[in-house]
Amino acid sequence: MRELPLLTIEAGKTERHYWRDLWRYRELFYFLAWRDILVRYKQTVIGILWALIRPLLTMLVFTVIFGKIAKLPSEGNVPYPILVFSAMLPWLFFANAFSDAGNSLIANANMVTKVYFPRLIIPASAVIVSFVDFLISSTILVGLMLWYGHQPDWKIVALPGFVLMAAAAALGAGLWVSALNVKYRDFRHVIPFIVQFGLYISPVGFSSSVIPEQWRLIYSLNPMAGVIDGFRWALLGSSSTLNRDALLLSTGIILIMLLSGFLFFRKTEKSFADVI
Amino acid sequence: MTAAIVAEGLSKKYLISHQREVPYLALRDALARGIGNCLKAPLRPWLRRSPELIREDFWALSDVGFEIQQGDRVGIVGRNGAGKSTLLKILSRIVEPTSGRFSIRGRVASLLEVGTGFHAELTGRENIYLNGALLGMRKAEIRRKFDEIVQFAEVERFLDTPVKRYSSGMYVRLAFSVAAHLEPDILIVDEVLAVGDITFQKKCLGKMESVTGGGRTLLFVSHNMSTVASLCNRSIFLKDGRIAMDGPTDAVINEYFAFLDTACDLSDRADRKGTGEVRVTRISIRDQDGKPLNAIAPGQTIDVCLAFANTSGQALRGIRSMITIHNRQGQPIFSQHNQLSDTDYGVLPEQGEFICRIPRLPLNSAFYKLSYTISGFGESIVHDQLADAIEFKVAGSGFFPKARAPNNHYGQTLVDGYWRIGEPADESGKPTRPAEA
Repeated sequence: MRELPLLTIEAGKTERHYWRDLWRYRELFYFLAWRDILVRYKQTVIGILWALIRPLLTMLVFTVIFGKIAKLPSEGNVPYPILVFSAMLPWLFFANAFSDAGNSLIANANMVTKVYFPRLIIPASAVIVSFVDFLISSTILVGLMLWYGHQPDWKIVALPGFVLMAAAAALGAGLWVSALNVKYRDFRHVIPFIVQFGLYISPVGFSSSVIPEQWRLIYSLNPMAGVIDGFRWALLGSSSTLNRDALLLSTGIILIMLLSGFLFFRKTEKSFADVI
Repeated sequence: MTAAIVAEGLSKKYLISHQREVPYLALRDALARGIGNCLKAPLRPWLRRSPELIREDFWALSDVGFEIQQGDRVGIVGRNGAGKSTLLKILSRIVEPTSGRFSIRGRVASLLEVGTGFHAELTGRENIYLNGALLGMRKAEIRRKFDEIVQFAEVERFLDTPVKRYSSGMYVRLAFSVAAHLEPDILIVDEVLAVGDITFQKKCLGKMESVTGGGRTLLFVSHNMSTVASLCNRSIFLKDGRIAMDGPTDAVINEYFAFLDTACDLSDRADRKGTGEVRVTRISIRDQDGKPLNAIAPGQTIDVCLAFANTSGQALRGIRSMITIHNRQGQPIFSQHNQLSDTDYGVLPEQGEFICRIPRLPLNSAFYKLSYTISGFGESIVHDQLADAIEFKVAGSGFFPKARAPNNHYGQTLVDGYWRIGEPADESGKPTRPAEA
């Protein structure tokens, strides 16, 4: 008879096999994300186009309101739609990933109470789903750049780093909120509020350069401000500048959010099935 | 032999709150309680005591320990709320025990519900992959077994139909089929076979038996004693979160029925229907001398007694009390009610027992379930109805004084018959030869 692995579970002891389990269930990240993507566009007529329409329309509205009516300055000679969309992309990625991850545990309550697998997979795969949407809507940015003849320079190689920052911010916040949501459903109502509020305090519809210099550091306490500035810096060419201190501050806050979110999630994870 | 599962002192405590039901705790409540306590502290002597939430510990499982060898097929029996599901959830690592520890050897697959993670919008094909991954299968493994799964579930034609259009039978078959092809070292199954038609149930049982063939271990919870008896070589009887008995299945089932018979209190059954103005609180089966029966023999004369409480506060007339006996597959065998024998109870007292005398019980040796319906005048009002209120076992001999009853494969009801040889007869039944004088 073949030798089988032995697993011992003891009350109150943290599991040593968590990372091994995560690895063993790695395909589940993919399957849960795949399910959510499949389900989202079932029984829709225009299907995946919805992933394009929403950011496109929001971009138009913002361009008209901030660029045309409020007449806020762009960065250098960058066309306003490109300025808005280069921020809209990371913002929508963060907002969708955060709200889906935050609600993910309750949405999958039946799985949580009936099957074992590392629960971390649930919010993480919600972030993956939003990443796919992000990739789809990036094509709009490519289209805009072609239309306006705007060419990004070498700094675009830094873009994946900022995408990673946005994902980390969304996962960190998502881990906190999803774990809290299991016990306190209040957070279901907090999520849309944060998302709506964040859209206005982050430099999505306008350039961070409109913020007075002495406030810039405080402004960067919002981690998404750093991410958005980074996106613009990487995409908009020489006309955009990056405030190093602000970027470091944002990165630090994101790392703290992610680490504390992970620890809190791990601590509460065992009681999910009991209280959900 | 090596042990597949070793459990020591497993306990699980839940906090239950009385007075009002809290579906989930809102942050507001937690904050309000916290802040309220701070504010109230200095004022306490002047404040009237407000009704507090009474919180109480409830031990769903206490100090459960056992050792299961590889290849064992273990049934877990017990009444509702005895802790069976909690035990399975702990062993499946879904919930953490409050105290105690367990070791488990090999890959575990648990089927606590049929079709966990099935998504109604997805097709059968998509759900096989999703469900398989959720139960811990690799993509390559699912692909390899895909045809086998589909064939077992008999859903070839509907593979690309969303499962929301499936009949419930197809749905269950597909869900079970995925799980049955997991090839785990330890399979944990909770009462999932209660669904699906009999043919498929049999197929599932066969699959489970073959799954547990090559040294695999099975843990099986069921209320269905005949399934447990046919599938498991060993059983654990849980009573109020503790192990009441652990041993060979036959012995455990006998003990379980003996226990059931003396305590089939129904007051905690929540699955009943009806107005509740009349409620059956307890069912017992007694012999004609009024002695509670542990074992019922075919052909025995029995009294089925339904103790009731009438809380309507009105003079209820024309009450009809009906019992139906089902076999374990849920098919009704017979029903009996008081109006068949033209019995009118008159005005129903506040308390009492409906007693149905069944002379010479015509049931063959097997397990049966009893359902009842208490209805009001003209059957238009159902006061109390409970399906599968109790389960009982008929075993032994006695219906035929001089012979053993036929095996229950030949039928579950027993009837009297008188046999003789007659003369050859033509089609109209007239003797072809004149009868000899």
